[in-house]
Amino acid sequence: MADPKITFEQVLHVAKLARLTLSDDEAREMQEQLDAILGYMEGLDELDVSDVPPTFHSIPMDAPMRPDVPQRCSDRAEILEQAPESESGGFSVPLVLEVE
Amino acid sequence: MSDFPWQSAFEIREQVAGGAVSAVDVTRAYLARAEELNPTLSCFLTVDHEGALAAAAQVDRMRDAGEDLGPLAGVPIALKDNLCTRGVRTTCASQILGDYIPPYDAHVVEALRASGAVILGKTNMDEFAMGSSNENSSFANVHNPWALDRAPGGSSGGSACATAAGLVPLALGSDTGGSVRQPAAFCGITAIKPTYGRVSRYGLVAFASSLDQIGPMARSVREASQLLQVVAGHDRRDATSADRETNDYVAACERGVSGLRVGVVRDLIDGLQDADVRAGVEAALSALEKQGASLVDVSLPHAKHAVSVYYLIATAEASSNLARFDGIRYGLRVPGEDLTETYTRTRAQGFGPEVRRRIMLGTYALSAGYYDAFYLKAQRVRTLIRRDYDTAFESCDVVCTPTTPTPAFALGEKTSNPLDMYLADIFTLPPSLAGLAAISTPCGLSASGLPIGVQLVAPPFEEGSLCSAGQVVEDGCGLLESRPTALD
Repeated sequence: MADPKITFEQVLHVAKLARLTLSDDEAREMQEQLDAILGYMEGLDELDVSDVPPTFHSIPMDAPMRPDVPQRCSDRAEILEQAPESESGGFSVPLVLEVE
Repeated sequence: MSDFPWQSAFEIREQVAGGAVSAVDVTRAYLARAEELNPTLSCFLTVDHEGALAAAAQVDRMRDAGEDLGPLAGVPIALKDNLCTRGVRTTCASQILGDYIPPYDAHVVEALRASGAVILGKTNMDEFAMGSSNENSSFANVHNPWALDRAPGGSSGGSACATAAGLVPLALGSDTGGSVRQPAAFCGITAIKPTYGRVSRYGLVAFASSLDQIGPMARSVREASQLLQVVAGHDRRDATSADRETNDYVAACERGVSGLRVGVVRDLIDGLQDADVRAGVEAALSALEKQGASLVDVSLPHAKHAVSVYYLIATAEASSNLARFDGIRYGLRVPGEDLTETYTRTRAQGFGPEVRRRIMLGTYALSAGYYDAFYLKAQRVRTLIRRDYDTAFESCDVVCTPTTPTPAFALGEKTSNPLDMYLADIFTLPPSLAGLAAISTPCGLSASGLPIGVQLVAPPFEEGSLCSAGQVVEDGCGLLESRPTALD
């Protein structure tokens, strides 16, 4: 592939950032597809937008304020029922830190 | 029940309220039809017999007690499976949420329950609403009821199919870049993408938060307008929800288009390769003109960049939103040696190919060294697209384009080329990027008998103009009297 928009190594790096594992075959296919998409997106380069402000919110709105009133939250047991694993009223995860 | 299963939501409510038929009997009839046709169409992922019959029985009890009935009392409705329903599985058509049962209702679900609607079940979709053909569902392909080998469109393909095939009179979908309008066009029904902020997204599983809206789908403009009226309005649980009055959208359907200025994007329409779609849009324009609208030429010079802009912004936002699916608090967990491996295994196994591709593209667009060149640049070009509409709305009240470049394409036709699939969204993306209100409504059939949709776009919070204009198109060249042919 001549001068790819995204290299195989970049694909593996981005997969790591995104917490996805890809096999070598999957990564190669991903590289081809992303390369085609990014190649198409080069069409944006015909526009000089250096002086154009970005639109992060299409409809302008202020962050609304509300009174800070305590309310009952959802039921803990009902939430934990959806967890793959729970223990002692909390979510259970694989060991993160070894403690002496 | 007269005209089952094609009677309107208004007719069903009237029959139920007047005691001509019980809500339970209506519900039983639609449940039976869903059971019969879902194996062919795969439009439902979950049919909630028990919940539907309980809701219908409640409507009947209220009627017997002489209580006031809501505007959708006894009317069956289908919900896209990314809308949270308390106690009913909500999967987003993904393995990662395959067994997820939400502990709460979305805002729109609360509004529907209060209106007396009977939620029949949850509809199939592209996984996490990412797709234009429904082929990214991790469960089954939905079939177009007008031709079973054709795609129903996406990502709200199940909702569009169920409505078009008479399994329900009404459905809700979600629209990020065209996901209610494009399947509505493919399946010959009407869908409204409300203004960003018009309908609360509380309880909608997020895809791209600066774009997502929930939209009504129905076989007629009046019914879609009624459903919009039920779900629209302010909700403090969605910080982007607009604190503005809603209008009487059903009344707007009767207003006509006398004096309405319709902006025609000539180069987009004349540039269409598909002569049938071109003819359909011209028929819609003639219908509008005949009823007193004036046609003015407008242009959207930056609309051609919408695919690039959308697929950078939406994937960037998706990569962030979907970070929450990590196998810890809900959904699938695939255990690994440590926490990181648990994350990566869960996500690699739980997400399908298109979702992984979009997370990758979005992560790349946001990553160090590429943010300015891709993500920020896309947000700047988004401003140009928004300004195109600002200029157009100086001389017109609604902008008219096709909804899709072609009628429904074949299942399998675009699955091997993701970019080809993205390009099919070219007409629905610009109004989404600008946060505008849009409607797609049928404007004819192709030579091979497939529905064609026309898209009308209005300034923020001017949904009423879309209802008025959509109604005139429906009266002039709609498909209200046509039935999907593949079910005969």
